[in-house]
Amino acid sequence: MAQNQAIPPAYTPGTHPDLPPPVRTTGMVGWVRKNLLSSPLNIALTLFSIWLLWSIVPPAFNWVLTDAIWSADTRKECWALMSAPRDGACWAFIRGSMELFVYGWFPRDELWRVNLTFILFALTVFGALRENIPGKKYWLWFAAGFPFIAAYLLLGGGLEVSTFKVLLLAVIVSGGSFSAKKLSRGGYKFWHLLTSIVALLSLYVFQVSDYNSVLFTIDGLTSVGTNKLGGILLTLVVAVTGIAFSLPIGVALALGRRSRLPALRAVCVIFIEFIRGVPLITLLFVASTMLTYFLPPGSSFDLLMRVLIMVTLFASAYIAEVVRGGLQGLPGGQYEAADSLGLTYWKAHRLIILPQALKISIPGIVNTFIGSFKDSVLVLIIGMMDILGLGRARLNDPDWLGLAPELYIFISLFFFVSCFGMARYSLSLERKLQTGHKS
Amino acid sequence: MVQAAHNTPNLLLRLWRNEDSRGVIIQIVTMVVLFALIAAIARNVAINLADVGKEFSFGFLNWPAAYDIGFSPFIEYTNQSTHLRAAVVGLLNTLLVAVCGCILASVLGFTLGIMRLSRNWLVSRISYVFVEFMRNVPVLIHILAFYALVVTLLPPVKKAIDVGAGAFFLSNRGFYTPSPVFEPGSNMVGIAIILAIVVALVFRRWAKQVQDRTGKAYPVFWISTAIVIALPGIVFLAAGMPLSWDVPVLKGFNFKGGMAIKPEFLALCLALSYYTACFIAEIVRAGILAVSHGQTEAAHALGLQNNRTLQLIIIPQALRVIVPPLCSQYLNLTKNSSLAIAIGYMDITATLGGISLMQTGKEMETMIIVMGVYLVISLTISSFMNWFNQRIKLTER
Repeated sequence: MAQNQAIPPAYTPGTHPDLPPPVRTTGMVGWVRKNLLSSPLNIALTLFSIWLLWSIVPPAFNWVLTDAIWSADTRKECWALMSAPRDGACWAFIRGSMELFVYGWFPRDELWRVNLTFILFALTVFGALRENIPGKKYWLWFAAGFPFIAAYLLLGGGLEVSTFKVLLLAVIVSGGSFSAKKLSRGGYKFWHLLTSIVALLSLYVFQVSDYNSVLFTIDGLTSVGTNKLGGILLTLVVAVTGIAFSLPIGVALALGRRSRLPALRAVCVIFIEFIRGVPLITLLFVASTMLTYFLPPGSSFDLLMRVLIMVTLFASAYIAEVVRGGLQGLPGGQYEAADSLGLTYWKAHRLIILPQALKISIPGIVNTFIGSFKDSVLVLIIGMMDILGLGRARLNDPDWLGLAPELYIFISLFFFVSCFGMARYSLSLERKLQTGHKS
Repeated sequence: MVQAAHNTPNLLLRLWRNEDSRGVIIQIVTMVVLFALIAAIARNVAINLADVGKEFSFGFLNWPAAYDIGFSPFIEYTNQSTHLRAAVVGLLNTLLVAVCGCILASVLGFTLGIMRLSRNWLVSRISYVFVEFMRNVPVLIHILAFYALVVTLLPPVKKAIDVGAGAFFLSNRGFYTPSPVFEPGSNMVGIAIILAIVVALVFRRWAKQVQDRTGKAYPVFWISTAIVIALPGIVFLAAGMPLSWDVPVLKGFNFKGGMAIKPEFLALCLALSYYTACFIAEIVRAGILAVSHGQTEAAHALGLQNNRTLQLIIIPQALRVIVPPLCSQYLNLTKNSSLAIAIGYMDITATLGGISLMQTGKEMETMIIVMGVYLVISLTISSFMNWFNQRIKLTER
């Protein structure tokens, strides 16, 4: 013991300055050693990766940016401006066709309508997605009304006021206000249902009879045929319609599938499994070739409308499965708690179940949205001119023959930016809504 | 109770307010509306078909198809064959591209997923960028772009690129490879392969039993691999190597002999597989990350070596997370293969739902068959998935 005490401590705290950590373990060098060169295999992988990047990135960069030609009138002009033909990208092709790619064949002197729609769309997205924005409620109402505003802006047309339409409006307004009163007292929505049925019936009766005589006409925007929509405009119309309307239908289907009423459940299951079991392209074929057979003889409706219905139904089946996952992920205690508070089925779902279930299904819902955005290009196969269809048609232009790489890069970038943006937003939303208790 | 019954105004409202009877009412109304809708559609269809002078029958399947299918590797087909035969060719082509696509997508997807988890920063970034870019672009664009790439960038047949040993050639008419020629005696090798697999399976069972009983572990993987390779190999040599290769040779304007993989098939299969692989990569990554690190530590604490840990602890648990979404990716790939129609690969949608539909004008019948085929494929894959899920489900106490 005594001997131990006699030895002075080799190091007295405070007498030596703190040395910095070894250079090899911190900073740049440490990071490189740890992440790139930690073992022989790792070194080999790093070298291989560098070789791969070196052989791909600089040539691609040169082709896409430094050697590219941005303004020319034909492909020949492009080649003439390069050191050798095809030495760089000919972006003049995309630039020259940009107006066509964005607006399709929309009448050129009505373009402000498309631009206004785009601006309103941006506002809708901004207002609906921002968390703490003043007047959030009104933004959401605006977002809900946007598809209808956009439809009118794009397609236009005057309004023919007839006896029937006045009557219909009266029925809807009275029914609506009546049911609103009932609702605020927590009553049944039976009357609402009834008035809606009456309204629909009267619609049918009056449509086929002569009560449809026009009283007077209100002139509106010039009517534009749906065949004039094309390019990015059409892509957005198809995608946004599918996204906007598939969510409510999908939630309804999911609730139907979880219902304890066997008949209702069976109908929903058959519908969902059927839609999910067939490719979208076959549904689009159905829309383009045989849907008119289903309608009353002599009537038909627009191809775009039929396609939109199919795209919406398709997306809603997928949304339904995602939401069902969310509903199943909710602990049973939540249902029991809602029941014990004496809430009705609809109140329990509106106030307790759906907010939580939708929250956990956000990643899946956004994935489905991304899927339906990407699926919108399939309309090309039934001959509609979305951005891809229009671009491919443009490739046959003798001035721009064989510029497929430029076209596909441009369209890929368009989709990548849109879809990747959605995915990132969903990630940030997920993080924001994460309240910490995972069940 | 009696008081309440007196207060309620009428029978209908009373039934509506009772939960059970309300359920019955809702269901009856649903069914009535649904059947009314179906009846209305059926009536409309009947009237509309009569108007255009068509009848609903599947008799057209026996009419001669009168169109050519450029790619029919399994059964004979000429343009004199029936529509039914065209449909079967289409179905086989669909299945071929689906199976090839699924295998390629799995291999590529697992590779990308593991690369994404690599400790090497560069490797994981490369995988990340590739996956994120590819999966956010519609698969139809991949297919069309890849097809354009194959057709425009590859040289014509006369200048085909020799990609290996003067036997593999790439040109814009397709990829030419040698095809195997089976000589008499090769069926013996086939039997030997089956036999070897059976022996290997029996050995695995026996080894597992021995291990359960005594704890002694055999290197099962290596021994069974050796059995599967050695047994057919010996038979192959003993039978005097009854296999030769028919090598493609350039004669005139095209290759003679060998096997030609059409550019349509090449583009479709590759585009579908790398697109799906990106989704599989994410699934694999999530599956492996889902196994908590404590499992690895526990296995090491039990004295298991690294490879045994991976094989016995990590992979079985990761598979439980990976397999269900993996199946649904296979399903997506199969359904996406219907996009073949965009580049003229003759799958079931392009033959029966495309040309046959146009030629015969039988929209209803052809679409019913096409949708039915896809439904059967989907239900088969998802029932397999359910069976597998049941089998590997965590048994909790």
